[in-house]
Amino acid sequence: MVSLLDIIGPVMVGPSSSHTAGACRLGLLARGLVGGTPERALIELHGSFARTGEGHGTDKAIAGGLMGFRPDDDRIRDALDIAEREGLVYTFEKTKLGEEGETHPNTVRITLEHGSRKAVMMGASLGAGRVLVNEVDGYPVEVSGAYHTIVLVAEDIKGSIARISGILADDGVNIANLRLTRKQRGGDAFMVIEVDDRPEEQALDDILALDWVQWAYRLDKVAG
Amino acid sequence: MYKALADAIRDAESQGTTLARVALEAESRDQGRTVDDIRSVLHRALVVMRGAVAQGLTGDLRSASGLVGGDAAKMRHGAAGPLSGTPFREVLARALAVQEVNAAMGVIVAAPTAGGAGVLPAVLTGLADARGLSDDAIVDALATAGLIGAIVAERASLSGAEGGCQAETGAAAGMAAGAATEMLGGTPSQAGHAVALAQQGTLGLVCDPLGGLVELPCVFRNATGSAIALAAVEMALAGITFAIPADEVIDVMGEIGRSMDVRYRETAGGGLAATPTGRRLARERLVQIKRSSP
Repeated sequence: MVSLLDIIGPVMVGPSSSHTAGACRLGLLARGLVGGTPERALIELHGSFARTGEGHGTDKAIAGGLMGFRPDDDRIRDALDIAEREGLVYTFEKTKLGEEGETHPNTVRITLEHGSRKAVMMGASLGAGRVLVNEVDGYPVEVSGAYHTIVLVAEDIKGSIARISGILADDGVNIANLRLTRKQRGGDAFMVIEVDDRPEEQALDDILALDWVQWAYRLDKVAG
Repeated sequence: MYKALADAIRDAESQGTTLARVALEAESRDQGRTVDDIRSVLHRALVVMRGAVAQGLTGDLRSASGLVGGDAAKMRHGAAGPLSGTPFREVLARALAVQEVNAAMGVIVAAPTAGGAGVLPAVLTGLADARGLSDDAIVDALATAGLIGAIVAERASLSGAEGGCQAETGAAAGMAAGAATEMLGGTPSQAGHAVALAQQGTLGLVCDPLGGLVELPCVFRNATGSAIALAAVEMALAGITFAIPADEVIDVMGEIGRSMDVRYRETAGGGLAATPTGRRLARERLVQIKRSSP
């Protein structure tokens, strides 16, 4: 269903909803994976992002997102200078992340380090500012950023979903979508849990207290 | 939200109200938000639109490539032409202004898109200011524009990559024309004819930006799109009707977009982007952007 407010909006830094606003959202999601502004970032641009990204400020928008700027934050224009002052060391590379026709033309792979945390995220800007994260640390996922999202890696034990959804229910968090992926049977399971309201820190702490959960992160809603 | 403008016009006229009102009520029902809440979001959008107009008219902006910038100020302060001193000239200036701000990475409202963001603020604030209308009247007009845009999104497309520029500045012209017609006292039915009159004037318009950048001709397409919107408003308010209903004009816009060669859908493979000068400028400017980027 099309919303009137989707048409009159979003408020954003120009010039392109896909190459600027969407790129910023991908940076914001990647930031969530390391829980703050990274010290190091390798940003690999593919397809149209690589070809016309500089002219659309895609580099500035992603760097801005990594520092927590939202798409309407006019600091995006100066994000590369701000990054240097903030101690974010970034490298942009143009590369091929997949085959034409299979990999979305506006795809980026972002590799981050923040303290002891490292993460690799691949995602695409689909148009009109909508984004889709399709890989985190090698796990195939689908995160749109249209919800507050919890991502976690856990041992693939029986009843893991019941335990985690129980914890979230106890903490008053309503689950909108839950998806589980794993590289192989009995291997680590990667869970993407989209929830209606921003979960409290407590919910995340309770999940992390489970000894079979390796790590969990809370990604803020970046769209919608 | 409505999927046909004809339904919205029928509801508004049978209830003796405006398209803005039925649009706000439909949005309120769909999203579970109050009309006041929706109007306050639209009001914030208007504040950003006015900010972009003011910033663009200073003339101090340059895009990343240097291809566009500074022309809005010329429209304001340059030599007098036949439209000098009229709201028409002011609308053109404001359309250039907002799109120059967009190209220079300023803050705009993507309405319906970033590439077509100049038309609505130019037409609505330009005409409202000339008539001394309140911001409340413009907020209502934005609701009407949103209704028309939602119908275009549903029936056709609002993406240059999918439907060419007719789906971006063309749709923006249709939205602005319908909204401004109602804002200036036209009936819902007259607003519908304004949408059809504007949209028919942009059918077939290709999306052909140099180097794939939202700069040239995008900045100027927003000005000429606004001119088409103004022509449609003037005709509709004079009582002129267009025989093909707006919904059918929108449908055919979608059909033309789908059959448009990929060269003409934001790929820089055809149109102005593929002219000898277009290619040369894109090459030179992209090199320049690379040099100025770290």
